[in-house]
Amino acid sequence: MPASRGFSDTFGDALLSANVPVPEGVVGPDGQPAPKRFNVYRNNVVVSLCEAMAATYPAIQNLVGEEYFTALAREFVTQHPPTSAVMLWYGGDFPSFIDAFPPLADYPYLGDVARLEWSWLVSYHSADAAPLDPAVLGSLPTEELPEARFQAHPATQLLSSLWPIHTLVEANRFSVGSNKPVDMASGEAVLVTRPDVDVALTALRAGGDVFFKALLDGEALGSAASMALEANEGFDLSENLADALKTGAFAALM
Amino acid sequence: MKNKAMSAAVVAGAVATALAGMSASIPAHAQAKEKCYGVSLKGKNDCKAGPGTTCAGTSTVDYQGNAWTLVPKGDCVKFGVDGGDFSLPDGRKGSLSELDRDLPEA
Repeated sequence: MPASRGFSDTFGDALLSANVPVPEGVVGPDGQPAPKRFNVYRNNVVVSLCEAMAATYPAIQNLVGEEYFTALAREFVTQHPPTSAVMLWYGGDFPSFIDAFPPLADYPYLGDVARLEWSWLVSYHSADAAPLDPAVLGSLPTEELPEARFQAHPATQLLSSLWPIHTLVEANRFSVGSNKPVDMASGEAVLVTRPDVDVALTALRAGGDVFFKALLDGEALGSAASMALEANEGFDLSENLADALKTGAFAALM
Repeated sequence: MKNKAMSAAVVAGAVATALAGMSASIPAHAQAKEKCYGVSLKGKNDCKAGPGTTCAGTSTVDYQGNAWTLVPKGDCVKFGVDGGDFSLPDGRKGSLSELDRDLPEA
């Protein structure tokens, strides 16, 4: 602990831990220490951070239940207080916190579900950009097409999981109560895009995870397609290209 | 099997197929949108964007007058006037500016 810790550090520590006594200097109008007032403030801080977590992770909240989520968020908030004053970026550590949280060891898919919800938020707050006009790709001469490279749209993210994260997030965030069956044995890769104002989550087809990862890494179209086909013989180039253009995953050709 | 390069003709064929399938449907993001107030069901307004944003406190009553939903340009004034998907109960209408009806109790 640095020697020169000031009042604000002591105050901050006491806010997030109920075991730490009320910091010296926190007094009421009568000049006496004010533990009740401090506890009201302490509670407001923790509750508002928990509410921020619930706003960012509604599918997790739905999966574990409101009561469990509140306890989980409380645990997270006290261990990972905000490091920035910008609230809209708070909670990015939550997926790995869930992965390492012993009581949730029997629910190994929750971490990736949370990762997808975080990607949704990151995509939502990314810079605006016009997506690639399909006509630009169509105007390339045939012999140049295999060498075409794509520039990612700023809001685009790719997430591959061993779990059906797209189905889980759809069912627990966007169409709650729909009771769609979920095959927990089938992993899903999801493309997160925001071509305009709305974030879209697109479940990728066979080989799409390899194809989009290669394109986002700057591979040329021809070799990305070969890699996807090698990884999964069910890979269909035209359908995956249609996904790329419809979702607005790319901003331009390089 | 080593990375077998895909022939230019195969790639071109796939591009042509993908483009042909697209022209049939204009991508949703190509449509102009407008903010329409007073037409969203509670909790369904479009400004909910996670914590810290100006309308993180999402709408709490149906057809809340100061909450908006994005609709295709030109559609907002049809709410409450046209029937079908555009019908609203009790003579409510959609509006391009904020309304002071159906506000949640303070």
